[in-house]
Order: sequence, then structure tokens, then C-alpha cells
Amino acid sequence: MSELRDLYQEVVLDHAKRPRNFGAIHAPSHRADGHNPLCGDKVTVTLTMADRHIADARFEGAGCAISMASASLMTEAIRGKSEAEVRAMFEEFHAGLTAADEGAAVSALAELDKLAVFGGVREFPVRVKCATLPWHTLVAALDHISEPVKTE
Amino acid sequence: MTAIQPITAARTLDVARIRQDFPILSRPVRGKRLVFLDSAASAQKPRSVTEAERDIYETGYANVHRGVYWLSQRATGEFEAVREKVRRLLNARETREIVFVRGATEAINLVAQSFGRAFLSAGDEVLISHMEHHSNIVPWQMLREYKGVVLKVAPIDDAGELDLEAFEKLIGPRTKLIAVTHVANALGTVVPIEQVIRLAKGHGIPVLVDGCQAVPHQAVDVQALDCDFYVFSGHKLYGPTGIGVLYGKAELLQAMPPWQGGGDMIRSVSFERTEYNELPWKFEAGTPHIIGAIGLGAAIDYVQSIGYDAIAAHEADLLACALRELSKINSLRIIGQPRHRSGVISFALGDVHPHDIATILDQDGVCVRAGHHCAQPTMDRFGVSATARASFGIYNDRDDIDSLVAGLRKVQEVFRL
Repeated sequence: MSELRDLYQEVVLDHAKRPRNFGAIHAPSHRADGHNPLCGDKVTVTLTMADRHIADARFEGAGCAISMASASLMTEAIRGKSEAEVRAMFEEFHAGLTAADEGAAVSALAELDKLAVFGGVREFPVRVKCATLPWHTLVAALDHISEPVKTE
Repeated sequence: MTAIQPITAARTLDVARIRQDFPILSRPVRGKRLVFLDSAASAQKPRSVTEAERDIYETGYANVHRGVYWLSQRATGEFEAVREKVRRLLNARETREIVFVRGATEAINLVAQSFGRAFLSAGDEVLISHMEHHSNIVPWQMLREYKGVVLKVAPIDDAGELDLEAFEKLIGPRTKLIAVTHVANALGTVVPIEQVIRLAKGHGIPVLVDGCQAVPHQAVDVQALDCDFYVFSGHKLYGPTGIGVLYGKAELLQAMPPWQGGGDMIRSVSFERTEYNELPWKFEAGTPHIIGAIGLGAAIDYVQSIGYDAIAAHEADLLACALRELSKINSLRIIGQPRHRSGVISFALGDVHPHDIATILDQDGVCVRAGHHCAQPTMDRFGVSATARASFGIYNDRDDIDSLVAGLRKVQEVFRL
């Protein structure tokens, strides 16, 4: 049960059940769709940027607890951050979930406050794509990519 | 009180002994007993299948239909003997009505590309059901793009049963082929294929039956059914991947053009003119999956040594037990409630996503499928994007069901259902 509790931490379950910033921004400055065809997770991220900083971030979609919680926590974490900061956060997040070296993974996530709750995903390689889908979608929004992105 | 009739000893199969025939089942997964509940996706293999494959490689291997030397003749003999085994399995009239293909998907594509391109024209209709696997949808859509044929879909009801009345109404003067599943892979519905074929025959329309989920569980008699095509995959019948069967009535297969060209499917070739081989080799271009066919032969022998009566009784018992136990779990909803069900149960648990269910079950060695099961229109019909699905094979026992139930209780615990 302990590995499962690492994966499905209280914060994750809470955000999966009651996602924050759920919905779409009316007339966003940035928007992108993400889709994992194999598991059916779908997410749309909308942003308003002001002075190259994220003024507002929202998401909508449907998927597993990991993808929903990741999207919810992401929208909270990126608010007020600059575009460069957000891109760096995604790199840390990705490293924290996939780094072969456990120490490197832990220290990458340590920088990300609340997002460290996804550390347990590293033990479940097939679920990494669930946690990273919202982030890939966010980056696609920043890059103005109109095709839906996939992490598979 | 109604007493439930116990299954008589004569019909019961010895599941403990069967489990010993499948080496993978005695290997622990993460230190736990393997509980394999995904046989509808692909079944595990008995030792006799892997041994038959190794044996032919080590003692009797050569290409087939080519060599005059003894070894090639022996391999050809073994390969062609499997065709006869398949004929007996399906009770086809003639051995040449059995075509080896990669699997059911390839068999349906063969019919769509050969029969469809040759005999269907723009405006002609292909009638399927709403609960088909993608492999019995997409080949017809490809034919629609190429030939302008019309794809008609017969509805299913809330229980997951084919609406036969609506089905019959969809048969019209332009209906040129009916292609339906024998057992629906996502719901477990056993389709009353006899009635479907009778309706079709009343209008003189050929019928293709997708038997992938039927052949592992029940005896099939294509002559009694009077279907025109019947397809199945070897790997769901405890055989190897990459080998499957297209049964077709000889007169139809004979009229159909070949769909792939190459060696083996020809009688003579010159740059001006090629004469095609006779049935069934006309449809088997290139070196066939010799080893796969021999493995399939061993799988058929294995299944027949147990007998379909015993298999059906065992699986019916497991299914009844599973349905009873699952119905005790609060917040569990079974998707599809057909009156006649094969060993497949699709379900939802509260609002927990099927991938979260599968991950938690996997921690205890319980393998279930989570997703759309290559049947997205079926999922749409029931308003879900995915389900969790448990499916049974001859080697499953009541302990497997107990493990499934215990795993689902753990899901409830994690998600506080």
C-alpha cells in the first residue's frame, strides 16, 4: 500500500476530486489542447499573459486522477510566473518524474513546492505521461502550437 | 429457496491441473500470484504450444511448398495438417476454405479489399453493429473512401444487446454484406448470430462473423451457422500471435480476386501474364507464418483435449461467481447487462478513472484491461470514455475473482468510495 499512497497522496486525491481553476478563460491570449489517445486523457489549457508573465491559467478536460490533479496543481503553481520560469519548472518537473538517479529526481522536485507530491509517479513509468500531459499542453500554448499535443 | 444445481463432476475441468500447463501462471508478479484477467486481449500460452514451436525449429524446419527435399516436405505436411485441424474446429466443408492470415484484423481487411473492391460499388451498403471492434469498422470505412460504399450501423440497447428489429429494418436492396461480431469484446454480449444470419439469408446477403471472442469459449460450426466468412485470431485461442484464420465459402473465395501478390499465390509468372494459384494459397502470398500455424495447431489440440463443454461450464461458473461478487461492491457499475454473456465484464467504480483502477490492481498482480478496448463507438453508446474490463480464460479460478474483489476494495479505500 505504501507505493500506492506515494502515488495517490492526499493532495493529489483532493485536486482530482475538486480541481482548481477548472474551466476556460474567455478570450485567452494562449490556448492549446492535449490528448493521450491510449488512455483517453484530454486537457485544454488557456492562459492570459501580461508583460510576459502568466496572469491567469485555467484548464478543462477529463482523465485519470493523476492527470487531473497535475493540471489543477500546475495552474496554481504557474500563476504570476514568467514564461522563462514556467519552462524551467516543466524541466524540473519532468526530471523529477523521470530521472534515472533518485537523488537527482528528488532534488529536482524539491524546488517545486507543492508539485513534489508527484514524486511517487516515478515508480509508475506508464503513468508519467498522465502527469506530464498538462505541462506539455501548457508549453504548446506558449509556443502557439495549434495541433493537439500528445505525450505518448 | 431455490437450490443452485452444482456442476456435475464429469463436466468440471481440473483448473489446478490446467494452471500447471501454463508456465507463466506459476511465476510471481512483484512477489504476488499472477491473476491474469485479460485473456480477451490475448490469452496466455500452454507449454504444449511453445514446445511445438521449438520442436519444429529444432527438428523439422524448412520453408513450405517449395523444397523437394524431405525436410521441406515434412514442414509442408505439418503446416497443411493444421489447416485440416482448423477445418475440423470450425466444421468447414473443405480444407481449402481455410486461409491463414496474421489475425482477425487481416482477415477482415482481406475481405474488404478483395470481396469489397470486386463486388461492391458506390451506394452499396455494408451493415455492421454498434458494438464492433475497430477492426470490423475501419476496413469498411476505408472501403467507403475507395469505393463510395455506405456503412450502416445497427443499434444496440441499454443492456448491450443487438436490436434485431432495427437491424432487420436496416437491411435494404443495396445491402451487399453484413459484418457482425459473434461476441462483443467490450461488453461480453453473445450475439444471436444464428438469427442474424437467418435474416440475412432471407435477403440473400452474405455474412461475415468476427469470431475472435467466441472461438476460445464455444464450439463453432460454420456449416450449421451458414455464414459466408468467419474470422478469428490464434493468440486469443491460447496460440501464438501473428497467425489467424479466414474461413470463407469456397464459391465466394474462388470468385474473389487475390489481394496481395507474390510467391506462393501464383501458378506461373511471366512478364505478360500471371496465373494465380488455387485455393487457399491464392490468398497466401509470401512465406507464411509456418511456426505460428504449427503453434496454432498445438493450441487447437490443447483446447479440444479439454473440450468445449467443460470449458463452457467452467467459464459460466466463474462468470456467475464474478457477477455475484462484483454486485456486492457499492459504487460498482457493470457496463452492459446482456442476457447471454461470455466471460467478459466491463465496469466502472464510482468516478475513479479506469487507469487508476488498473494501476492499483496491478500492485497486487491483478491484470485487467483499462481503456476503450478498441471499441470507441461502444464506449460512446454508454457515455463513458473508458472502462475497466476483466475477462476470463480456462486457467482462471475463484481465487482470481477473490483477488479482483480485494483489489477493488483497495481502490475504494484509496479513493474513499
